[in-house]
Amino acid sequence: MSLTPPISTTLSRRRLLQGTAGAAGLAAMGLTSEQARAAKDLTVGFIYVGPKDDYGYNQAHAEAAAMLKKMPGIKIVEEEKVPETDDVSKTMESMIKLDGATLLFPTSFGYFDPYMLKMAAKYKDIQFRHCGGLWQKDKHPMNTGSYFGYIGMCQYLNGIAAAHATKTKKIGFIAAKPIPQVLINVNSFALGARSVDPTITTSVIFTGEWSMPVKEAEATNSLIGQGIDVVTCHVDGPKVIMETAERRGIYSCGYHADQSKLAPKGYLTGAEWNWITVYKQYIADAQAGKPLPNFTRGGLAEGFVKMSAFGPALSEAGRKNVTAVKAEIMKGGYSVFKGPLKDNKGNVVVPAGKAYPETAIELESCNYLVEGVVGSTS
Amino acid sequence: MEAIGTVLLAMLAGSLRVSTPFLFVSLGECLTEKSGRINLGNEGVLVLGAMVAYATSYETGSPWAGVAAAAVAGLLLGGLHGAICSLARVNDVAMGIAIMLAGTGIAFFLGKPYVQPSATLLTGIPFGFWSDNAQVRNALSVCPLFLLGIAAAIALHWCFNATRVGLRVRIVGDSQDAALALGLPIDRTRFLATACGSALAGIGGAFLSLYYPGSWNEGLSSGQGLMAVALVVFSRWNPINCIYASLLFGAAGALGPSLQTVGITWGYYLFYAAPYIFTLVVLIITARGGRSLRGMPGQLSIGR
Amino acid sequence: MSTTTTVTTAPASAPVQVGDQWYPIRRTAEALLAPIAALAGAAILFSIFLLCLGASPADFLDLVWRGAFGSWFSIQNTVQRAAPLLLTALCVAIPGQLGLVIIGGEAAVVLGGLAATVAALPLINTSPIIVWAAMAIAGSAMGAFWVGISGWLRAKLNVNEVIASLVLSYIGLALFNHFVEGLLRDPASLNKPSTYGIGDENMLDTVPWLDVHPGLPIGILACLICWVLIYRTSFGFASRVTGGNIRAAQLQGLPVTKLILLACAIGGGCAGLAGAIEVAAEYGRSNASLNAGYGYTGILIAFLARFNPLAIMPMAILLGGLGAAGGLLQRRMGLPDATIQVLQGLIFVSILASDTLYGRFRWFQPRGGA
Repeated sequence: MSLTPPISTTLSRRRLLQGTAGAAGLAAMGLTSEQARAAKDLTVGFIYVGPKDDYGYNQAHAEAAAMLKKMPGIKIVEEEKVPETDDVSKTMESMIKLDGATLLFPTSFGYFDPYMLKMAAKYKDIQFRHCGGLWQKDKHPMNTGSYFGYIGMCQYLNGIAAAHATKTKKIGFIAAKPIPQVLINVNSFALGARSVDPTITTSVIFTGEWSMPVKEAEATNSLIGQGIDVVTCHVDGPKVIMETAERRGIYSCGYHADQSKLAPKGYLTGAEWNWITVYKQYIADAQAGKPLPNFTRGGLAEGFVKMSAFGPALSEAGRKNVTAVKAEIMKGGYSVFKGPLKDNKGNVVVPAGKAYPETAIELESCNYLVEGVVGSTS
Repeated sequence: MEAIGTVLLAMLAGSLRVSTPFLFVSLGECLTEKSGRINLGNEGVLVLGAMVAYATSYETGSPWAGVAAAAVAGLLLGGLHGAICSLARVNDVAMGIAIMLAGTGIAFFLGKPYVQPSATLLTGIPFGFWSDNAQVRNALSVCPLFLLGIAAAIALHWCFNATRVGLRVRIVGDSQDAALALGLPIDRTRFLATACGSALAGIGGAFLSLYYPGSWNEGLSSGQGLMAVALVVFSRWNPINCIYASLLFGAAGALGPSLQTVGITWGYYLFYAAPYIFTLVVLIITARGGRSLRGMPGQLSIGR
Repeated sequence: MSTTTTVTTAPASAPVQVGDQWYPIRRTAEALLAPIAALAGAAILFSIFLLCLGASPADFLDLVWRGAFGSWFSIQNTVQRAAPLLLTALCVAIPGQLGLVIIGGEAAVVLGGLAATVAALPLINTSPIIVWAAMAIAGSAMGAFWVGISGWLRAKLNVNEVIASLVLSYIGLALFNHFVEGLLRDPASLNKPSTYGIGDENMLDTVPWLDVHPGLPIGILACLICWVLIYRTSFGFASRVTGGNIRAAQLQGLPVTKLILLACAIGGGCAGLAGAIEVAAEYGRSNASLNAGYGYTGILIAFLARFNPLAIMPMAILLGGLGAAGGLLQRRMGLPDATIQVLQGLIFVSILASDTLYGRFRWFQPRGGA
């Protein structure tokens, strides 16, 4: 019985009939065998807020997890569509207690506080690493940490590509909520476009939800109705937006994952996560018995994010421009938010002489839309 | 002023885009309710229809086969509802919620492999061919299912008012006693009305996955199937009115995004709720305290 | 007689024949056996479904058992999930006594939670007891008000409550989001918009020794109180009479309007309280996490329990247990998350269909005369 493989447990009728006490005992036995196994293999838990195949945020993580599965000495356990409620605490606890996981990646932003912190206080031997960059040394336990990528730079490059493709000089952005992570992307996209042609305006539509395909399609159509001819987004699953743009014959820039298959004609390029870099690093450390870093961030240079391959619609000039700026960014210290910079109400948000590179703390509380963006944050 | 025009135009285009599923589900619901039964399960039918249509179109390459398959899926799920509700003491409102849950569950379960692939979609009929303006051409590119829905509404209206079958359905729905006196098969009539109503709702689902937004995933329906029940109430169980109700509801839904494109972002959650506020207001205005609504089938459990 | 079924709860107590002292026991046996037979039917149907997919029903049952009840942790996981559902099920069950179907509990939960947070904020420096009292009152009052609107529309204007409560739940969620991400937002809640927090010292602790959600004892207490209310008070009696037929009740001179308003307010109050407890015990603030679907699951539980507050408890445990096992099924058998939803749907369909079994079998019926 102790050799019962953890996946697809075999079960005899007798075991089923053993009733309460028997089953509880068996669960305990199963537990010990699994934990013994975990001592050899590193069991890593991945938790996603949406479906693994959303062509977006969750898929970007799940693709990296799928690559890890092929590496020796690790067992991956995954659970998808776990809401940001106490459910996720229970999922983490279940992975620890029933699957013997010792390293957990709760990948959604809202999992951090209070759920992951609560579990980290309860299970001090387990390592938790959260996607989102919220960890602070003086506030949070040492068995937790966070990782995130500076994807705003990729949206800036998206903006440059968009500027080369647009004929109407109007481009669009479909966003879930007006929060800093999203606003940095909107602003970067707009600034990228304006670095090529300052007359370009960016219209933004907030859908209010991270995943709501009909609203996203409606938003895309609304934007096209306004004469917009390039669109990008920050929602969890960009599939519908990319498909709608392609069907209406406008250009699109991807986000989260590679969506070029969805829009073979109009896809210019895209901002993608490259989480495998981060996960490999953590797992190498864990397997070597080294302490895991608590705070990890990186951008294009570190390989945390990447750009999609250029689509056929992007002109030679556009490709050259994007490649050149990308090379600049890779050198480090590149600033998209450079003073003097005004928001779209005329207030100065970055004073003259100042520049905020991707690592700047000021950007973390970004609550404005820059000049040239049509829309407001509330 | 230009902004107002843009918003109105966007609402018009939006209502043509999103009204079709509401139209089909409300027609199906109208038929079911005319026979004296309510089916809240049409939300589940809509989702199942969307999945089946997409999967069928992907496997066969023919979107029309997908539409037919969606209708069959609806027929089966609605038939289940109709059959179980024929049993004594089974509550149709509750069973509808059960069917909704089962239908969406089965659709999500079986639909997993079809989230990623791209199926062949239905193509619009280009009524705007005469124009050089891409906007106009797009706005006037009409889905054949929308026209089918209007035809179905007219047919249903004619059927209720001018045919024997329609009269029988109405009698069964209005007065059990009269139906018994006339020797009409009450349970069979309701069973068939429920199954056919759900077949229509299934076609509404096919519109979602095969035309607009034209993709299958688990967030596809945002309660269209449930709202259709409300639309039937304010179309007064009249299939022709279902067309107007669906168009109005669609237009109200397009208000949120179109206001944002002209720069009005404040309170977007409230603007997105516009269709619901609109529905509530219509319900209140047309309500008649203490009396049943005109046109409401007498045997409907929600009308007691 | 109309065959249009009304939303009845347990079959209205038939006149007991004198001399048939075993009838109450047989009636109870009927009320227990019918749902058990239905659960068995659902299990068989689901097993066939699994076999068609090439999965093993035995593995499935084993995992459900392990995930839901097989260890102390699993039991905690199950009751934790069941806790908020007790109160949201009451939101459907109490108006259900009158034959009303309220499906807008979700909005009562989120708005109740929001109102509780707003009420707590000016008091955070007083004492936790005052804060909790304020939160409980504000949360229930808000829930009572929101569901009360549907009741009022039904009683005064004859607007159908199924549709009104559905539409109002969408509107309620929109209002909630509007306020949490606008007027009431804590500017420091950067990437997950939230209201200001009520402070750690004002958070409800878990139940001592058991380490479970404090909503559990409160929910159980509420179920017991509601049972007394329905089966042992004149309000409950009048409601159940009305539930049979509103017009007949009006003719008998029952204050139907008052009953409807009261039932909706009590039900909504329960759901609002659930929201307040979630804020005080889990989140410490209001944000999108409150919109977790407890209101919708409550509908299922109320119908499965045939609107009987005592039966709500085992049904909430059943659904809580399925939720707790869902993750394990994904991880061990590679089944998609929708598996649990399919199973829930089948259980729900078969239990509701089993309503037709009542009164079919002679053995359960009163004996003697008539």
